[in-house]
Amino acid sequence: MGFDVDIERTVGDDRRGRFRLQVRFTTQARRTVVYGPSGAGKSLTLQALAGLGPPDRGRIAFQGETLFDAEAGINLPARQRRFGYLFQDYALFPHLNVRQNVAFALHSGWRNPAARGRSDEDDPVERWLRSFELTGLAALRPVELSGGQRQRVALARALVNTPRALLLDEPFSALDAALRQRMRRELDELLARIDIPVVMITHDPEDLGWFGEQAVHLLDGRVVEPPVEPGG
Amino acid sequence: MDSAIWVTLALTLKVAGCATALNLVLGVAAAWLLARRRFPGRDLVDAVLTLPLVLPPTVLGYYLLVVIGRRGWLGAWLHQAFGIQLIFTWQGAVIAATLVAFPLLLKSARTAFEAVDPQLENAARVLGLGEWAVFFRITLPMATPGILAGALLVFARSLGEFGATLMVAGSLPGRTQTLSVAVYEAVQAGQDDTANLLVAITSLTCVAVLLAVGRLAPAARAR
Repeated sequence: MGFDVDIERTVGDDRRGRFRLQVRFTTQARRTVVYGPSGAGKSLTLQALAGLGPPDRGRIAFQGETLFDAEAGINLPARQRRFGYLFQDYALFPHLNVRQNVAFALHSGWRNPAARGRSDEDDPVERWLRSFELTGLAALRPVELSGGQRQRVALARALVNTPRALLLDEPFSALDAALRQRMRRELDELLARIDIPVVMITHDPEDLGWFGEQAVHLLDGRVVEPPVEPGG
Repeated sequence: MDSAIWVTLALTLKVAGCATALNLVLGVAAAWLLARRRFPGRDLVDAVLTLPLVLPPTVLGYYLLVVIGRRGWLGAWLHQAFGIQLIFTWQGAVIAATLVAFPLLLKSARTAFEAVDPQLENAARVLGLGEWAVFFRITLPMATPGILAGALLVFARSLGEFGATLMVAGSLPGRTQTLSVAVYEAVQAGQDDTANLLVAITSLTCVAVLLAVGRLAPAARAR
C-alpha cells in the first residue's frame, strides 16, 4: 500500500569525496519514519521518492505504480507524482504572500495566484486558510511569520491539491524546543485527519515515538537491521 | 539648430531603448542557461559572451562589419533575400549598441538567477508546475530586481555608445547620428554651444539612470 524502494545512488566526486546510497525498504504502515544521523542519506532518499533527484539504479513504486525504474527508463517527473513535500526550511516562496503560497498549486499556467482573494466563504483557498488558522496572516510575506506559522503555511500549501502521500523532511528541526512539542501535536492531529501515507525523515529519536508506526534506520547510506534503539 | 538636437536625442533614446529591449530577451535567456544548465563548453561560451566588455568598441565594430556589412556573410544574405541593409541605418546602431552592452545585462541577470534558491524551484515542481511555469512564477520574479538593474546599465551604456556605432551606422545627422557621435562632430566643428548642451543632456540622463540602479540594487540584495 505504500512505497516500494530499492535504489542506489552515488553523489559527489573524487575531489570532495563520494557518498554512496544503497537502500531497500517497503513501507506498510500509514506513517513511516526514516531515521538516522545527518549524513546517513535520508534527504537523498526522500528526494528520490519525490522525483527531485533520480537514483543511478533501481526502482521506486508507490501503491503498485512504478515511479522510477532505471532499467526500463521510467522516471515520472516530480510534478506528476502528486506528493506533498514539506521542506526542512519550508521553502516558502518569499515573493508571494501567505494566501498566494497556499493557493500556489491550485493555479496552473504561468501566472501566480492573485495577492488578494475573493471574500467568498466557499473559496477553497479561504477554507484552507481557515482550517490552518492562517486567515489573519493571508496578506503577510513569509519573512514576517514565526517558525510555527511558516510550518503551517508550508503544510497548507502541500495539502491543498490533495496529494497521494506526504513527505516530511525534518519537519521540526527549524523550531525551538517548546514550539517543537506543540507542532508535533498539531501535526499528529492533522495526519490523523487527512489519512494519507506519510514518510518522515528525521534525526530526532523523539519523532520516532510520535510518528514511527514503522521505522527505517539509515546509517552511512544503508538500511541497518535490526533497528538500533532510539537514543541508545 | 535646436530642433536638430531634439532629433538627435530622440534617435539616441530610440536606439538605446531598442538595444535594451533586445538585450533583455537575449541576455536573460543566456544568463539563465549559464546559471542553471550544465553543458560542454559552458566556460568558453561565458568567456565569448563577456568579450564585448573588454574588447575595444572599434574591434567590435569591425567584427560587425565583417558579419552584417554589405559583403559580410549575414549582411550579403539579408540584402539578397530581403533587400535589408543594416550598415548606415539606425537599426545597425541598435545592433552595435546591443552587442557592446550585452555583458552588462548578462552579468547582472546571471548573478540574480544564481541567487534564487534551487530548493524553491523544486518546491514549485513538487506542487505540479512544469519548467516554463517554474521559470515565470518563481525564478524570473525573484531575479527581476537584478535584471532591471542590469537593463538600466545597458540603457546607459547604449546611450553613450560611440566606437562601434560610428563604424557600423556612421554619422548621418537625423538618421544615424546619436548623442555621443554628435558631441564628437560638434567639437570637431568648433560648435562649443552645441557640444555643451549635448554633454549636459547626456550627463544628466546617465546620472538619473545610475540613481535608479542604486534604488534597485538594495532590493536585489535584500533577497
